[in-house]
Amino acid sequence: MQIPVEGFMYPNEVELQWSILIVLYPFITGLVAGAFILASLERVFRVQAVKPTYRLALLTALAFLLVAPLPLQLHLGHPERSLEMYLTPHRSSAMAMFGFVYLWYLMGVLLLEIWLDYRREIVELSQTTSGWKRGIYRILTLGSHNVSERSLRIDERLGYFITLIGIPSAFLLHGYVGFIFGSIKANPWWSSPLMPIVFVFSAMVSGISAVMLLYMLSSRLRGQQIDMRCLDTIARYLLYTFIIDFSLEMLDLLQRIYEADESFRSLDFMVHTRLWTSQVIIQILLGTVTPIALLALTQLLKLDDMSRKRIYGLAGCLTMMGIFAMRWNVVIGGQLFSKSFLGYTTYKMAFATREGLLTAIALLILPFIILWVLVKLLPPWPESASLPGSGVVPAHGSS
Amino acid sequence: MDITRRRLLVLLPAAAVAWKFVLAGTPEAAPNYKLTEHWWGMLIDIPKCIGCGSCVRACAEENDVPEGYYRTWIERYHVTDWKIERPEVESPDGGKQGFPPHADDGGKNFFVPKLCNHCAESPCTQVCPVGATFVTPDGVVLVDKSYCLGCRYCVQACPYGCRFINPKTKTAEKCSLCYHRITKGLTTACCEVCPTGARQLADLKNPKDPIHEFLKAHTVQVLKPHMATGAKVFYNGMDGSVR
Amino acid sequence: MSNITASCDIHHRFREAYLVSKYIAQFGAQIRAEGIGAENPDLFKDIEHLIRLAVVIAVALVAFVLLRAAVVPHSFGQYGHYRGAAISEIASRPVALAGHATCEGCHTDIVDQKKLGKHVVVACEACHGALAKHADDPASVQPKKLDTAVVCSRCHEANSAKPKDFPQVATADHSGGIACDTCHQPHRPKIEAAKIETEGKK
Repeated sequence: MQIPVEGFMYPNEVELQWSILIVLYPFITGLVAGAFILASLERVFRVQAVKPTYRLALLTALAFLLVAPLPLQLHLGHPERSLEMYLTPHRSSAMAMFGFVYLWYLMGVLLLEIWLDYRREIVELSQTTSGWKRGIYRILTLGSHNVSERSLRIDERLGYFITLIGIPSAFLLHGYVGFIFGSIKANPWWSSPLMPIVFVFSAMVSGISAVMLLYMLSSRLRGQQIDMRCLDTIARYLLYTFIIDFSLEMLDLLQRIYEADESFRSLDFMVHTRLWTSQVIIQILLGTVTPIALLALTQLLKLDDMSRKRIYGLAGCLTMMGIFAMRWNVVIGGQLFSKSFLGYTTYKMAFATREGLLTAIALLILPFIILWVLVKLLPPWPESASLPGSGVVPAHGSS
Repeated sequence: MDITRRRLLVLLPAAAVAWKFVLAGTPEAAPNYKLTEHWWGMLIDIPKCIGCGSCVRACAEENDVPEGYYRTWIERYHVTDWKIERPEVESPDGGKQGFPPHADDGGKNFFVPKLCNHCAESPCTQVCPVGATFVTPDGVVLVDKSYCLGCRYCVQACPYGCRFINPKTKTAEKCSLCYHRITKGLTTACCEVCPTGARQLADLKNPKDPIHEFLKAHTVQVLKPHMATGAKVFYNGMDGSVR
Repeated sequence: MSNITASCDIHHRFREAYLVSKYIAQFGAQIRAEGIGAENPDLFKDIEHLIRLAVVIAVALVAFVLLRAAVVPHSFGQYGHYRGAAISEIASRPVALAGHATCEGCHTDIVDQKKLGKHVVVACEACHGALAKHADDPASVQPKKLDTAVVCSRCHEANSAKPKDFPQVATADHSGGIACDTCHQPHRPKIEAAKIETEGKK
């Protein structure tokens, strides 16, 4: 298919290398990191108000983390060789080292923390359920049925320690993705020391927003009362994080405009033409400024519960859209201009191919399906946590 | 390339050796080639390039380069007066069929052949997650296509745009400095066919290579020196407008 | 990464793994029997699940090491972080351009012609394309007849980017589009000289 080129591009640059799947990938890992940070707010920073969302946040993080490698696998020319990244990782490659960061985060932090937090319920469920579900719980117990007070206290201590390590690990997880882009000196749109930090903060914004929306939605679906104190606290943290994220992005922009180096003229033209809608309208105006204004409104004015819920819902949705647009603008935007600074190409997104829009949509839906399965298997709801007759101190995470 | 009688006498035995391998049917690397004795680069003499595209065609034939992708290509520059930072550049089909006729338009016009610069500190090999692309001990950047994942990170990392993904093998590909030729004492396909000697293979470790004298006597540059890639393709007479 | 080559073969690795797991099991049984300290006989029971987890992780690590020994190519790491065998694989790719020296071995008449003109510097395959296969087996592969209108214009069509002293013409004015070899002999393109020498040669 003929790709329209404006000006001059090096002949091999005309076709984009990284597609919408590579836009999806930082979006998904961002949600993971953000959801985990929210969960850790309660565990480590003792923000009691957000306790009701603790387990939900962990399961959300897991659901998205399991889906995260899929867009990468689908994008590779040879996915069957992807194990090479673990067998012969090239230490100087951020991408290779990221494979281990991902693995560490999945195994050493998330799965371990979820297991430790849910262990009491897992043991109980392995004894009370039947059929194939019982089989799953039995495997998860690893053969140990000890839920004595001391063992649970040990779990609690270990879980605390893991969350403590987990916070920098979550930063590392998504900061690394930022570094994968930020370390490419060949691309001035990406190359920046701010990149990992901007990625981390926008990850936190998207993750917190996702858990907030999921909490509101799941409460509604289950006919449960929303804990407004919890919701207000989450929204407040979302606002704070958003302000930092926006400041960082504006700082980057202002510096570029002021210094106006060789790449600037080309990038500026690109933003004004090819990225106008996705960057200025969707990412900045609708996806950042508007949610910040809405959230600030709830802090400045005394609004009733219904109004606040509506505003949070709207702000949350706009935020998710804005952060997705940010990933799009970074990944796709970075490939639309020529490294000669003399021309521009076009991204022709396919629809039903391996790297097409349909695949991207399916990959965005999949984590919710996985989350639904996880929620059924390991209910995160505060009211269903302590089962009758167990006679032990309820483990951390249940009300 | 000037073909004097003396040079012919030197070249014929080398050709005979090479022919032996061509005829052998099962080609093997030349047995007497020692990796540590060479450090390959190339010299491109811009005032000599006529933009005929012979190099692009020869490379495509020698290396099975797919249509629409280029291991080497030629750019035509048009610079108006003092506007050095805003040249007009074109490269129709990489210059493979030469260039369409251009009448004299009063500006400064010239051709710039481009290829992989076989950087000594190459950013592309730095980012490869598995070690599928690498710098050989004799200074050539190669791709191991049986090991490459096709992640495209190296394509993003190359400042010169010389890499692409081969649609058939789905692995990264680029100029290999005709490694299969230079290790047998032949020159690269592009240098072989260049009618004006604008492209010359250079062995920087060979004290008798003409490049040493050339570098001393001429003003040369590398592309994008601020990227500090250790590029080993040297351009004589390169204008400041070249991107 | 250190060079765990398969010089240490798999059999040895399996034996190592077996001995290590046997040791862990013995150690575990010993702890179970003796307990960890007389004052806390239940401590082992209370951390049993963590020990089981540690065992699972240890087994996974061992499996990974074994996998690596089995799967990583032998020549990996020979010269650097890549498959050393790739260098010779790439170097043994068949050659497609024979090179003018090879062509001149057979086509001595053409060589003599070219020597007398400016095209002495033009490699045969620059116009005729890659012909190592033809040099290999002249009868089986015949070079295609060239269309001079296309071949010659690539070098000689007037273009302001070409060096001023390079012979170039606007073919529309120069020949009206007829084939270049109507007047020029491609191997010795200068017309006057060719006319003089042509007596009895062509």
